[in-house]
Amino acid sequence: MSLTMPAPEAAILENRDRLIRRLRAILPDESVIAEEAGMRAYECDALTMYRQLPLVVALPETVPQVQAVMALAAEMNVKVVPRGAGTSLSGGAMPLGDGILLAMGKFNRILEIDYENRCARVQPGVANLAISDAVAARGFYYAPDPSSQIACSIGGNVGENSGGVHCLKYGLTTNNILGLEIVLMGGGIVRLGGKHLDSEGYDLMGLMTGSEGLLGVITEVTVRLLPKPETARGLLLAFPTVEAGAGCVADIIAAGIIPGGLEMMDGPAIRAAEDFQPCGYPTDAASLLICELDGEASEVDHLVGRVSAMARDAGATTIRASESEEERLGFWAGRKNSFPAVGAIGPDYLCMDGTIPRGRLAEVLAGITELAGRHGLRVANVFHAGDGNLHPLILYDANRPGDIEKAEAFGADILKLCVAVGGVLTGEHGVGVEKRDLMGTMFTQADLDQQQRVKCAFDPEHRLNPGKVFPTLRRCAELGRMHVRGGALPFPDLPRF
Amino acid sequence: MEELAPRDEAELEEAIAWAVAREVPLAVEGEGSKRGFGHVVEAGRRLTTAAMRGVSLYEPAELVLTAGAGTPLREIQGLLDQQGQQLAFEPADYGAILGGPAGRGTLGGAVAINASGPRRIRAGAARDHVLGFRAVSGRGEPFKSGGRVMKNVTGYDLSKLMAGSHGTLGVMSEITVKVLPRPETEETVVFRGLDDAAAVALMTRASGLPTEVSGFAHAPDEGGRTGLRLEGPAVSVAGRRESLLKHFGGEAEVLADAASRAFWEEVRDVRMLAGRGEQLWRLSVAPADGAAVAARLAQAVLPVAGRLFDWAGGLLWLALEAGRHGAAVREGLAGHAACVRAPEAVRAAEPVFHPQPPALAALSRRVKESFDPKRILNPGRMGEGL
Repeated sequence: MSLTMPAPEAAILENRDRLIRRLRAILPDESVIAEEAGMRAYECDALTMYRQLPLVVALPETVPQVQAVMALAAEMNVKVVPRGAGTSLSGGAMPLGDGILLAMGKFNRILEIDYENRCARVQPGVANLAISDAVAARGFYYAPDPSSQIACSIGGNVGENSGGVHCLKYGLTTNNILGLEIVLMGGGIVRLGGKHLDSEGYDLMGLMTGSEGLLGVITEVTVRLLPKPETARGLLLAFPTVEAGAGCVADIIAAGIIPGGLEMMDGPAIRAAEDFQPCGYPTDAASLLICELDGEASEVDHLVGRVSAMARDAGATTIRASESEEERLGFWAGRKNSFPAVGAIGPDYLCMDGTIPRGRLAEVLAGITELAGRHGLRVANVFHAGDGNLHPLILYDANRPGDIEKAEAFGADILKLCVAVGGVLTGEHGVGVEKRDLMGTMFTQADLDQQQRVKCAFDPEHRLNPGKVFPTLRRCAELGRMHVRGGALPFPDLPRF
Repeated sequence: MEELAPRDEAELEEAIAWAVAREVPLAVEGEGSKRGFGHVVEAGRRLTTAAMRGVSLYEPAELVLTAGAGTPLREIQGLLDQQGQQLAFEPADYGAILGGPAGRGTLGGAVAINASGPRRIRAGAARDHVLGFRAVSGRGEPFKSGGRVMKNVTGYDLSKLMAGSHGTLGVMSEITVKVLPRPETEETVVFRGLDDAAAVALMTRASGLPTEVSGFAHAPDEGGRTGLRLEGPAVSVAGRRESLLKHFGGEAEVLADAASRAFWEEVRDVRMLAGRGEQLWRLSVAPADGAAVAARLAQAVLPVAGRLFDWAGGLLWLALEAGRHGAAVREGLAGHAACVRAPEAVRAAEPVFHPQPPALAALSRRVKESFDPKRILNPGRMGEGL
């Protein structure tokens, strides 16, 4: 494994026993896990190729306990890694050998559902889907729906700014939360937002969302609830080429239609899904689109007609519109199974997460095919086509020596390709440790320095989740230094009027 | 005041580096249409983004547009119009709101105040539409964040921080935004004669229905007009209109296209309150509480000269006669209250923006310092220390 983490600090390791005693004074005995067998359950998140035992696991269940742990960590100068459900695909919750793993799983209560104001206050350990389930009977739901929604926690969703298949129309986590409560390093607490929409002042809630546990520990989230659309219909569209499928996506968007979901699978992904569990996908297609239209019934029917016509014009070989809820879910079955389906042939896979300008799709997929040949590995692609978020699934065998390194190198090449065409390293999975060392392909040192200065405003000693997101940790004192220049220059060319 | 008007990022960097070296505070603005909003900045020079203008990228099929921060909104809107697209966050015309000439304002200015109009409840505010930007910090260093794609979690989302920062963190040179299709048709169903409480109750019930509504506003004038906006394909708008009428009874008037647009422009630009009172306050509250908040404030013997509810009750505009009202407006308020328009003397005497609890205020100051340690950019515009 090529990942280098900050070297464990001897002073922290030496004080481990004292730290554990102090933690046991804050938390019940069973909420401090210090034995190896118990800590094994926390040694990795869903990026399983990197594993590390934490220094100790703390499982607080009240906000004052979180504050006390954070105050203790600051006092003893110990690192802290917050963890939700441990479903991060980028290693955001990977433990540190000299850090407390702060597991928020006991914060699993929905505190308040306010239908009048269409919001809910929930603890961070509540599973994403549990929110929608709790309000379904009243016709509401929480819109962001990452694939792991049955397990992933809302606190983790905020930390990663999670998306899902519906985010082109309904937005990401950042567009669907109203308030946060966070505990800062040192134990201070701030509440941001509430049941109201925007407020003046710096948008620290927006900043916290997607900050990957580096700025504070989330202890409460107020989410927006939306009324469930009256109806939804799916379209299953197959194309003989990737270009034709991509062209159809562009036509749909250019016509002013924003579907609830718009997903694409390439040939290898279609066939893997169909082999895993037959769901009627045409296995001879080069690209498959699943287009979901939701809203008022007459509008949905109207748009199903328009999109079908566009697909015909774009050369679709299969055009099927769902006539029942069962059929709509059937269209999704293969797509929803695509990760385990690829896993079944892998036997292991690495899921990448670049976003590209949609218009470059065919070119990028061709590039990925070429890279696959060069690295000697197979790849299947699923794609949130509406918003340009590409998930190449790289197949490898962890038991074959050298395969992990090959997969990592292939993945890095894919992400560099995404950046080269105007895209980004990660659309929804986060940087974590996985893409940390690639940040330089997208950002200059000045860009990264400014981001780290923001980190310094929250955590000047780099105690909170260090080693994630930023390729090099720079001391805050050094980052704060001003290099004053230009004072003597009257900049004569600058127009003044 | 002498004005600096850099034409590109290099000149912007040069200008700010000069100001940092000389410790000259800068009043940062675009066309100056919102100069009257916020605290008065004690500046040595004015820095305008107006010369950094022009659309450098517009790809309608990708829903993306990049422009210089000083690009006038009217220019961008004109361009989008030709492709049947729009800035879905509906930035208000602050020229009109603040009593200046109408039709002014830049993209950078709209982002700097995190502008949002009646469609906020569905489509979000400016913050939800900025995909990326380039800026020069108060350290005189250029930096960027985000990109040009719809979905991006690479690094901290500094776009959110820039939106609503009133030019106190960095001066943006270039901004990339998400643009969206303009609806094929729109209609507004107007219910007449409702008092505040009944109107907010109706809007609360309507916003819990699956019927997609893209604007909920209540203007107490003319006996009370409560408008619900429907946007989309004609067939769907008609279907939703019928379902609303069935739900809330037939006593309603329907405004079609141009009339509907005019109604929402009036709401967006708070024209219902134009010329009323000395001050204009903007309260962001839990939507269902909107009417109760307005009633409580009226009981607090505030000299209310007019009110307007948007966001289904979640946004309350209040026109107030002369006086110092900050404390009374904010007392016990679960939400935020900002004074958008008031004479300089009033803005000098009391906080324009909602005061923050000490821990949050301290954190905000540290964020300011991380971008602008010498307090060069719009110092004090958002309040003490920012």
